[in-house]
Amino acid sequence: MGLALFLVVGCLVFIVGTIVWKGLPALKLSMIFQTPKGGFYLGKEGGILNAILGSLALAGGATLLALLVSLPIVLYLNVYTGRRSRTAGFIRFSFDVLWGVPSIVYGAFGFLLMVFIGLRTSLLAGILTVALLELPIMSRAMDEVVRLVPRDLTDAAYSLGATRLETAFRVVVRQTLPGILTAVLIAFGRGIGDAASVLFTAGFTDRVPTSLLQPAATLPLAIFFQLGTPFAEVRERAYASAAVLTVLILAISLISRAAVRKYSRHTIR
Amino acid sequence: MEGFRTHISIQNLNVNHGSRRILKDITLDIPDRRITVIVGPSGCGKTTLLKSLNRLLDPSEGLRVHGRILVDGENIYSPDVEVTHIRRKMGLLSQKPQVLPMSIFDNVAFAPRIHGLREKKTLARTVEHYLKLAGLWEEVKDRLATPASELSVGQQQRLCLARGLAAEPGIILGDEPTSALDPQSSKHVEQRLIDLKSDYTVVVVTHILRQAKRIADYIVFLYLGEVVEHGPAEKVFERPRDPRTRAYLTGEIS
Ligand SMILES: Nc1ncnc2c1ncn2[C@@H]1O[C@H](COP(=O)(O)OP(=O)(O)O)[C@@H](O)[C@H]1O
Ligand SMILES: [Mg+2]
Repeated sequence: MGLALFLVVGCLVFIVGTIVWKGLPALKLSMIFQTPKGGFYLGKEGGILNAILGSLALAGGATLLALLVSLPIVLYLNVYTGRRSRTAGFIRFSFDVLWGVPSIVYGAFGFLLMVFIGLRTSLLAGILTVALLELPIMSRAMDEVVRLVPRDLTDAAYSLGATRLETAFRVVVRQTLPGILTAVLIAFGRGIGDAASVLFTAGFTDRVPTSLLQPAATLPLAIFFQLGTPFAEVRERAYASAAVLTVLILAISLISRAAVRKYSRHTIR
Repeated sequence: MEGFRTHISIQNLNVNHGSRRILKDITLDIPDRRITVIVGPSGCGKTTLLKSLNRLLDPSEGLRVHGRILVDGENIYSPDVEVTHIRRKMGLLSQKPQVLPMSIFDNVAFAPRIHGLREKKTLARTVEHYLKLAGLWEEVKDRLATPASELSVGQQQRLCLARGLAAEPGIILGDEPTSALDPQSSKHVEQRLIDLKSDYTVVVVTHILRQAKRIADYIVFLYLGEVVEHGPAEKVFERPRDPRTRAYLTGEIS
């Protein structure tokens, strides 16, 4: 137990420490509030506002889209189909398989899809691809909590004359709200941190995203490009970008914890 | 049946799970505005019988229901009746009180809301009325917005009663509704059921014989999925006809 704790906390401190240590020289306010200056991708001046906003827009859009698909599927699996339904079992199995598919494959698939429907590298294409990537993660995480809703609780709603739809949205969703929120944030974290799926689909640009049909920069790719240059100053900036991404993800976990606490007020244990 | 008007008429009810017969050919009339108590050892099918009245038996679990149950003269298993319409006619108290994951107020307002009541003042009056009817109003009137899960178990069961009554049923079903409660709360709930029988038909399952004696007007003795004996409470308690009923009443089978 002590060793495990040491390993986990040690790793965390080591990673965050390294990133901050190496990125600190480049970590200025201009990094967060300006777009790159002085050379395509590899600017030694300005900041990564393009990638911060791009990542937020992309992961936000993708998460919203994934939620709109995921929630109905999960409610359907648990409220409409029986516990021993084969279809439900098959859908769950499919999600498990999709979960294991590497994100570069989603990237390649998204690219094919784009070519097929005639969409160019754009924020929209990135959103669609990342939504696909997030879908199995979100659905499975949600399913795990929605499955635990006691039968007696849904029976209580039915016995009051509620339909399945009313039971799903008024009782099951409320009971599992903290879990649903956690699932959404896990998926968001996964989406915002992924580079391979956006490489071909969202592209990269020095500008702040203004349209769904324009390419959008993302933090993981910014790090990737900066780290790949021969210039030490630019590589330093990669660590600064990594620090920004890490802080963003950390902030999301903190928000989610607070939100979960707030929304578990009504949950029946 | 002497002096009783029938409210629920169960005719040749069979419930099977695969080849297993859980309820065997049950034919039974449940009297209007009386307390009918279903007794029997655990596992004999009491919960299944109660759930069959509310159509809560889940076919996806492999349970098959045959036979007819007439409520107000309407067969609830006929294909063209709407299940929500049937369930609205009955409030259900489960073994362990199941409050909904929302505030005390929202619990009671749940059924009125899904059935279309939106007007704030009317809702507030409705909630107050049913909380009073369930004997809970005085204890919760100052904290209607707190989560229902913060109430004690005994209060939760009375909240479930209020919530069920707010759906305006004619029938109250209780599946061992006091088994999770302390003696004080049990008495409270029993007394409520007795008070309510002037307006409602009450069907309660219990395996506590003393409780059955305290509240029953009509007794049904269920044993291994069969109705062994049923009749007015004094009659069954004082002069049981079937040897199995006698054995159960003296505690030889339990
Ligand atoms: N969903 C179900 N699937 C299979 N068997 C069931 C199901 N529900 C009840 N049974 C069986 O039916 C019998 C009666 O159960 P129940 O009605 O719960 O009895 P009681 O409430 O009198 O204790 C038990 O033997 C139980 O195993
Ligand atoms: Mg039972």
